[in-house]
Amino acid sequence: MTTPASFLTEEMIKQAIGQKSAPTTIDIEKGAIIKFAQAIEDDNPVYNDEKAARESRYGGLIAPPTFLRSVGVDRPTYPFDMPFTRLLDGGSDWEYFHPVRAGDWITAISEIADINERTGRMGLMIITSIVVTYSNQFDQVAARQTSTSIRY
Amino acid sequence: MADQVFWDDVEEGTKLPEVVKNPTTQQLVKYAGASGDYYQIHYDQGFAKNNDLDDVILHGALKNAFLGHLVTKWMGPDGDLKRLACQYRGMDIPGTPVTAKGVVTKKYQEQGANLVDCDIWLENEKGEKTTPGSATIALPTR
Repeated sequence: MTTPASFLTEEMIKQAIGQKSAPTTIDIEKGAIIKFAQAIEDDNPVYNDEKAARESRYGGLIAPPTFLRSVGVDRPTYPFDMPFTRLLDGGSDWEYFHPVRAGDWITAISEIADINERTGRMGLMIITSIVVTYSNQFDQVAARQTSTSIRY
Repeated sequence: MADQVFWDDVEEGTKLPEVVKNPTTQQLVKYAGASGDYYQIHYDQGFAKNNDLDDVILHGALKNAFLGHLVTKWMGPDGDLKRLACQYRGMDIPGTPVTAKGVVTKKYQEQGANLVDCDIWLENEKGEKTTPGSATIALPTR
């Protein structure tokens, strides 16, 4: 693709901010927590050992801090054609309010908080800031994640 | 059980014990399965090269998880992670170690909680900070 000098207009930015995904709800399965902890090689017993976790102040297995990534929430749809198909993850900023426990039902919704463009090493890049809110079955916000996605 | 760190004993400048990771392509595949992130730049070298990358690269979120490991290991069973942030500035490739490091930058009390802020980062073999970040942790008192 030949890279244009500019892509986003004021109007497109205005349309994009506030766009939300459909909600995704998943059951936080014990086996999924253990597999995730194994994949990141974190041997903390509260993620891996039902006996130790039961005896901890949580009273059972909890998920590691970045486990919620695996909920697989949809990205908000851009309200225009997005010709930049290559994607890089720029970073994440997590705020935690309640532990995520095995057996919880977590509902995630993502929303475009900001969008802008920049020219870098790989040409024109579209940088989108997406806020994902993760709520549990008691309608408590368990965590909020602001992630930066880079399209080029 | 892991040792418990107490807010009373921590100062600005206190270093977090390092966590060394040796990611392999196998770990990236395990992480892809566990996280549901099947983007091919993390396990398909041809696909990565077609995307202007020299090799498959670590998932940013896996590096985020390594930093999560660093801080949750340090804070002990009675610590609470309040915030965990990082930026993926440099790419890391499997087959070379990365070290998670951190240092306390601020110690304070807010709304009844005993908090510390930390600078945290992943460092590659060359000593480059590929993944700088920060964390806020509530610690118990003695």
